[in-house]
Amino acid sequence: MSQVSNEIRRISGHAGSVPGEGFSRDYDVCKLIDTTTCIGCKACEVACLEWNGYSFSETTFDNSYQTMPETSWNYWNLIKFNEHEREDGTMQLLMRKDQCMHCEEPGCLAACPADGAIVQYANGIVDFQQDHCIGCGYCITGCPFNIPKFSPTARKVFKCTLCNDRVTQGLEPACIKSCPTGCLHFGSKTDMKELAENRAAQLREHSGFANAGVYDPAGVGGTHVIYVLHDATNPEAYGGLPKNPTIPVTVRLWKTPLKWLGNLAIIGGLVGVFAHYLRFGPKIVEEDEKDKQGVRQ
Amino acid sequence: MSREPYLLPNGRVLRYSYRERLVHWLAGVSYVYLLLTGLAFWSPWLFWIAVVLGGATISRELHPWFGLAFVIAVVMMDRMWGKQMKETPADKEWWAAVPHYVRNEDEQMPSADRFNPGQKLLFWGFFWNGLLLLLTGLILWFPQHIPWSLRFLRYLAVIVHPVCALLTIGLFIIHVYMGTVIERGAFGSVIRGDVSRAWANRHHHTWYQQLLRDSEARK
Repeated sequence: MSQVSNEIRRISGHAGSVPGEGFSRDYDVCKLIDTTTCIGCKACEVACLEWNGYSFSETTFDNSYQTMPETSWNYWNLIKFNEHEREDGTMQLLMRKDQCMHCEEPGCLAACPADGAIVQYANGIVDFQQDHCIGCGYCITGCPFNIPKFSPTARKVFKCTLCNDRVTQGLEPACIKSCPTGCLHFGSKTDMKELAENRAAQLREHSGFANAGVYDPAGVGGTHVIYVLHDATNPEAYGGLPKNPTIPVTVRLWKTPLKWLGNLAIIGGLVGVFAHYLRFGPKIVEEDEKDKQGVRQ
Repeated sequence: MSREPYLLPNGRVLRYSYRERLVHWLAGVSYVYLLLTGLAFWSPWLFWIAVVLGGATISRELHPWFGLAFVIAVVMMDRMWGKQMKETPADKEWWAAVPHYVRNEDEQMPSADRFNPGQKLLFWGFFWNGLLLLLTGLILWFPQHIPWSLRFLRYLAVIVHPVCALLTIGLFIIHVYMGTVIERGAFGSVIRGDVSRAWANRHHHTWYQQLLRDSEARK
């Protein structure tokens, strides 16, 4: 392991504090998105494209500031703009950076049939390995956040990697680096959760957002991308952020009870016909004169 | 339905015409490919099957096309055999006596027409499951084109497709077992087309008698 990917405790001949002191970097990483300080500048969208080597392509204009209707196979980071009317009739422009949530219990991974195509690292990053991907698209069905996207040219599925390549080298994801307001943070889950809770408390106590809170949905075991929302009771308002995301129930049924029942039934069927043959054997018909007249024997 | 000369000059009985045999094997070959690749996607323990068949990416590409071939074969079978596969009131008796059939006590079975009720069950099982496999298969073929608002279609497809496939696997195991090792002579009937008179008399007595009557009438 290279030096930069390790957490530093002491540095020789170094004046001042140790960079990143008191923060854990390597394990259980987390991205914190504070939607309350996002200004919708889209620097993160550009940084994502640049770092991952995609160029901008034509898009559809939806009478909003939003770059395109939803993330695409070569556009993994999209700020969703939503005009939200509050109860008192005033308008609020909600901006939420949408990307892979890096679930602790990833639905994409549960649904994937291809050996090694989806990997969850010990630090929580869920990454697609396109060289093992067979392009079946089951991950699209497994994901409760509408994130994996099929590339018609590569015939494989792509999504945000949480800049796995950067993180393993001790760097923060490209989107984090580009954010001018500091609404994006990156660190250990514990640290980010604490930062998020503090910010939510601040919003509740000092800024008049009584419902402010942290979005870290338990239905998928928590996520390695968490949000601070002005109104955590209504995540749907933020461009369809699901209130209680889970792996679809049919995917869970298919991958556990049905698989076991099916395997038992198939093996049972094979054993059954074999046992039947041992017990009863074949039906052999001997020819004789009566058959020519069609007399039943 | 055009009547073929079912009583062959060599003293045997033509059970399946060339066209029927071709359609059967279109279904058979495509089903086996669907079964093998489907099992590869079904369980990590069987993923090696896709590797043997040229890689899982190719299996994923071809599985839907073989599915279409299978559906075409089933539709052709329905046009050829649909009428003969209709359930009749006498089928109940046959099912009531089925324990005799299982124990190879065929002389105690009610007389069967061209297709016995077990074969009818096989046919309609493949027909209706095939239809559901086609509908859910189309969704699974192009999951990226199912809009987010209609995602329940994908959720439905991922469970209905394997359930129907498992039901056909059950039918398939019994069908292959009976057609090869149990009913001696049945496999030949779907390869060369003919069976012995004794076979026809024993297993499809009603059908055989009709053939004899037709042949008398033609004389």
